[in-house]
Amino acid sequence: MTSTTTDMRTSGAGGLRSWLERYPFLPALVIVVALLALNGLFSPNSLSFRSLTGLLSTYMALIMLAIAQTYVVSAGDIDLSAGATLSLVNVAIVVLMERWGGGAGAVLLALALGVLIGLACGLVNGLVVAALRLQAIVATFATSIFFIGLALYVMPVAGTPAPALFWHTYGGRLLGLPFVFYVLAALAVLLYLLSRTRIVTELLAVGDDQQAAYQTGLPVVAVRIRGYLLSGLFSALAAFCLTGDTASGDPLVGGKMTLYSVAAVVLGGSALAGGWTTVVGSLLGALTIGLVNSLVFFMGTPSEWQNFVQGLAILLVLMAGVLAGRRARV
Amino acid sequence: MTAVTTFFKQPLVVALILIVALLYLGQSLSPGFASADQILRLLIVASLLGIVAAGQNVVILGGREGIDLSVGGIVSLSAIIAGNVMNGADGGILPAVLACLAAGAFFGFLNGLGVTLLRIPPLVMTLGMLGVLQGLLVVIRQGIPSGRAAPGLSAFVTQPFALGIPGIIWLWIAIGLLMAFMLNRTVFGHRIYAIGSNEHAAYMTGVPVRLMRVGLFMISGMFAAIAGLCLLGYSGSSFANVGEQYMLSSIIAVVFGGTSLAGGKGGYTGTMAGALLLVILQGILTTVNIDESGRQMVFGATLLLLMLFYGRGRAMRA
Repeated sequence: MTSTTTDMRTSGAGGLRSWLERYPFLPALVIVVALLALNGLFSPNSLSFRSLTGLLSTYMALIMLAIAQTYVVSAGDIDLSAGATLSLVNVAIVVLMERWGGGAGAVLLALALGVLIGLACGLVNGLVVAALRLQAIVATFATSIFFIGLALYVMPVAGTPAPALFWHTYGGRLLGLPFVFYVLAALAVLLYLLSRTRIVTELLAVGDDQQAAYQTGLPVVAVRIRGYLLSGLFSALAAFCLTGDTASGDPLVGGKMTLYSVAAVVLGGSALAGGWTTVVGSLLGALTIGLVNSLVFFMGTPSEWQNFVQGLAILLVLMAGVLAGRRARV
Repeated sequence: MTAVTTFFKQPLVVALILIVALLYLGQSLSPGFASADQILRLLIVASLLGIVAAGQNVVILGGREGIDLSVGGIVSLSAIIAGNVMNGADGGILPAVLACLAAGAFFGFLNGLGVTLLRIPPLVMTLGMLGVLQGLLVVIRQGIPSGRAAPGLSAFVTQPFALGIPGIIWLWIAIGLLMAFMLNRTVFGHRIYAIGSNEHAAYMTGVPVRLMRVGLFMISGMFAAIAGLCLLGYSGSSFANVGEQYMLSSIIAVVFGGTSLAGGKGGYTGTMAGALLLVILQGILTTVNIDESGRQMVFGATLLLLMLFYGRGRAMRA
């Protein structure tokens, strides 16, 4: 392969570029490592196994949601209903688990239905955006209003608790290791398997040049619908993690998370215009948001300033992410 | 295509027909909905949205995925600045207007710098700015009370000003005329369409593309600031994130007005009709006796249905 010889030959800036090309999430990784170091500097305790596990289980939902967003962004689309889908699945599984008694069978059945609900939301989005050709930003905003309406119908007010079995498992340990690590491992396997399929390549082809993808015979509409189906699936998984973390249902819980998921995708080094994305980057992007939030806390920022400093820090990292990502693509 | 079908395919005509139809529907669902008083109330609410949408409109027209997600944050910020500067006194109105415009222009300027100098996509830049603005609102709220609207401002927004019509509606009409003049009759306006439809060609013919784009974001910030000020007058006092609702609804108003999100095509007259359409729809849903969940579902589904009338993308062709 020619690329290996190029790798060996080039060094310095050119070598860096080929590294970035192959591992587009590297800048995000550097930022995460730097933030971890800073967290450790201000509060050594924050790097303890226990604290990191806590961070991971809190931000696992955002990680899943960022990955959900990444697949639609790959095809040049966007999903502003990801948070609403999360809310809907969250309230649906909590209500179903409670109604069916909260045993192991009830939990599993509710989760299976949760996946189906997520896929259904994705299908609706895919149909209105790809088949009916509505503009993704406004169309998925409209569907998000509809999904929130459904969530409010399922559970008018927040607060129904999830069965103890469910959140004990999510927050607990299995064979000595925190359960959230198994979630992470399962996620890694799932992402790896997906990366081996044609789905992701086709999404990227459509995102890179829709017309060209169509002319080479790709079923563009079907590909984009698959992107939204993946988004719905991972939004449902995000809802499972969130429910495990908060242990209750809340029809409005996902509202704020949609824009964070978009931010995480950009932080990870993906191009919002499509055709160039990295799910590992999005995972790191979601962690970046979590680490910025905890760093601002550990730095001893006065509580009223925390939101502002977080917002400013995320804006700066967003800019850095866009600039580094562009360096890799040019 | 005949002249008649062309006429009925114009977004403005579609919006106007839908407005009349919705008013009729509202009147038959709850008698009195389309009375003069009610229509004036709807127009006041629509003008608040319409003013935000004016800024959103020019940013979107300017193309290159132009969009401003920070308008909601600027509306909230402007409302709280105005409340504190005037603090219930008419003498404070002018300083409040100036302070709000300065704040809106400042954050629009920052958005514009990020988009042009650093070439950050507008969606990302304004999303990040929204986070900063929301944080800033928390800081401001901790230190000082929310402030009160001056009676003069409240009267301007809610009481009849001339010909029985409140001042804010006159202001909206004036903005509509100004926008139509700017977009159709001035070099600046023509250049907005130019950079929106082909940035490179515009650049090659000597249009200062970057300067223009910074200007568009500043205009957007200032319109959002004016809306925030008027919103304070409408509600008397401001509360946290009062402007949040305007972020996506201003974009929808622009789309319902027939402006393409791809830029370079559209205008503000349609957006005004789009804002009115959106407000009437929300008005009907609040008068109908259904619970919140049903209201949201009907609203979301209706938005989707209405979008089918407007600029759908082209089908793929080989």
